[in-house]
Amino acid sequence: MKMKVFVAALAATVALGAVPALADLTMPSLSYRTGPYAPNGIPFADGYADYWTLLNERDGGIEGVKVKNIECETAYNTQQGVECYESTKGEGSLAYQPLSTGITYQLIPKATADGIPIHSMGYGRTSAANGTVFPNVFNFPGTYWDAASIIIKYAMEQEGGSLKGKKVALVYHNSAYGKEPIRTLEKLAEKHGYSLMLLPVDHPGQEQKATWLQVRREKPDYVIMWGWGVMNQVAIKEAASIRYPMDHFIGGWWSGAETDVLPAGDVADGYKSINFHSVGNDFPIYSDLQKYVYDAGKAAGDGSNAGTVLYNRGMAAAMWAAEAARTAMKIHGTKDLTPPMMRDGYEALNVDEARLNELGLPGFTVPVKVTCANHGGPGLGLIQQWDAKAKSWKIVSDFIGADREVVDELIVEDSMAYAKENNITPRECK
Amino acid sequence: MLYRETGDFKVSYRDDQQTFPIIQDRWLFWGMLAVAFLVIPFIIDDYWEKSIVLPFLVFSLAAIGLNILTGYCGLLSLGTGGFMAVGAYASYKLMTAFPELNIVIVILLSGGVTAAVGMFFGLPSLRIKGFYLAVATLAAQFFLVWLFNKVPWFYNYSATGQITAPERSIFGFAVTGPEATPAATYLFCLAFVTVLALVAKNLIRGRIGRSWMSIRDMDIAAEIIGVPPMRTKLSAFAVSSFYIGIAGALYFTVWFGAAEPTEAFGINQSFLVLFMVIIGGLGSMLGSFLGAAFMVLLPIVLKNIMVGGFDVLPVLAKHVEITLVGSLIIFFLIVEPHGLARLWSIAKEKMRLWPFPH
Repeated sequence: MKMKVFVAALAATVALGAVPALADLTMPSLSYRTGPYAPNGIPFADGYADYWTLLNERDGGIEGVKVKNIECETAYNTQQGVECYESTKGEGSLAYQPLSTGITYQLIPKATADGIPIHSMGYGRTSAANGTVFPNVFNFPGTYWDAASIIIKYAMEQEGGSLKGKKVALVYHNSAYGKEPIRTLEKLAEKHGYSLMLLPVDHPGQEQKATWLQVRREKPDYVIMWGWGVMNQVAIKEAASIRYPMDHFIGGWWSGAETDVLPAGDVADGYKSINFHSVGNDFPIYSDLQKYVYDAGKAAGDGSNAGTVLYNRGMAAAMWAAEAARTAMKIHGTKDLTPPMMRDGYEALNVDEARLNELGLPGFTVPVKVTCANHGGPGLGLIQQWDAKAKSWKIVSDFIGADREVVDELIVEDSMAYAKENNITPRECK
Repeated sequence: MLYRETGDFKVSYRDDQQTFPIIQDRWLFWGMLAVAFLVIPFIIDDYWEKSIVLPFLVFSLAAIGLNILTGYCGLLSLGTGGFMAVGAYASYKLMTAFPELNIVIVILLSGGVTAAVGMFFGLPSLRIKGFYLAVATLAAQFFLVWLFNKVPWFYNYSATGQITAPERSIFGFAVTGPEATPAATYLFCLAFVTVLALVAKNLIRGRIGRSWMSIRDMDIAAEIIGVPPMRTKLSAFAVSSFYIGIAGALYFTVWFGAAEPTEAFGINQSFLVLFMVIIGGLGSMLGSFLGAAFMVLLPIVLKNIMVGGFDVLPVLAKHVEITLVGSLIIFFLIVEPHGLARLWSIAKEKMRLWPFPH
């Protein structure tokens, strides 16, 4: 009798679960518009969805094949993310972009077994940059370790070339995501002679009084933040309340959006963060978006996020996926793509300056050329600074390269450990 | 008419005291077991496995565990998530330290480790009761999760604090890791749940279960008639934690394959299992299953109806789902404070009288 309700519920879901595929290219979007991470999840999902709408409305899809973007709400929760993955993969999903390091970790083995590529753009497992061990996972244009190393490089420039004897604090989300940069920062501490202070903040990050009390007592020269969701807003407010100098407070690329700084108001002025693409809506593509998407009333969400940092990043994610699909069609000579073909497309992806120009995105982001061995992209980042008066981000540095020597060594070390643990023989790359 | 004891004569004590004294119940039970073991494995796919069946089985086991402690022994616990974490980390450490060890033994040993930890955190129950005990177990919840996040030994010094289950198989079929087939993982969990549920059912019907219930109903009276409170309470903690530990081990090894302590075993998990027990029915085996089914399946059914059936925006569906699940919980508790299991027993009473109700 214990099974009775269960079987009835099974029957109910069977009857209602199946949905026929309407379009040829299915691009799932594991989004989160609810919960403590929604402030960051919404603009990203909007940008991602609007780019597909634009392609469908303006060009009739990719090379004439319509794109179907199915959204599935994960609430940034691993369990719901897995449910979303399982429920959307049956609809012919070509690639997954979970926008959560936790979900990415969970999906890497599953998607690899299913042959579906994952593009964890600038998040997820850093060592997945090693394409010989992770053939199905892509994390270009840069990894967490690249970001950490670029931030340290920038701080060194600010300090006139050396961080010797300085104190650097890392305020991080106490999860797999937040712990990612620690190893790199420790390695770099040995190399550059600064001391590292680790300050974990537990999910969801609304309570940070104790953390910032420690910052106030120890007075680190730089504070780096690996936060997400409400944690970012709270941290910036707390930093302002202890009068920490904002231009010495540098966020990772998931801690530098408008929604993070706006709640703090004027005191957030001068806060910096790393980014791998440009900001604002000063690109030719925006006139097309205006014409085909916003004016037609087809914008995702409430349409208020256009031009924000995370909206642009969502567009970048969709743009690379679209280009990968195009590449895959070229390689395989068919418009009927399967996930393994999509993987080949990602691996042969080459979006250079010229291509960005054609797409109406000149200078929007770094040129990316993926190879069989390198899935991590160029690993470049720039530093942006918040101007609270103008309510906009200003780019204050050129693209900076990561300390390849340190990062690459760590990537090889970590990916080989993974390969050994999971009995993977790294494939040969020509 | 169709469902009654009349005419079902028992000629031995053994027959009279069996688990399901009514013949229709027995048929139903064996029929369901047959479907569960012989039919579902052939039709199950990835989605059903990962989103519906495994969550149901794992949480049923956790709910049975908590029901033993809270429903049968009357000791309120908010440490379920922490104890599940103990099971998960014990299985991880055992799997990585002894790669040759059979996965069944690994999972049973994880249950054993959790039982020991549970008994330790159950010690305060000898002095405190009710809400105060809930607070003490809450401390266990936070301490255990903090410990697994803080001490690198538990996650084998991995860079991110994530634990990942290596592949293990039984009779040549992988049951953990990404290569495991839905049928294999399903049958593996189902076997654990079936055996452990039968064991629990019989524990509860026997001397030990009766001593738990006597402590629950009035501990001073129980002590006077010769039930030792220390042994009884600690045995309730041990057995309950054993079940929860196994649920945690299955949760990590078979269902997810990877876990992060703060998210997978947080306080939310403790509340979820407690709600399952309360909604299903305190002090009822059936209630544990019904509660788990209600809490696990309802959100998914609602989501599929709204997004799949009516094409509602996923975000709107999520908001409606959160509201609906909450209101349904309140509705069921108002209509039947003794839980879904009580609804079922009322239905049974009605069936016995049918078609001549009075």
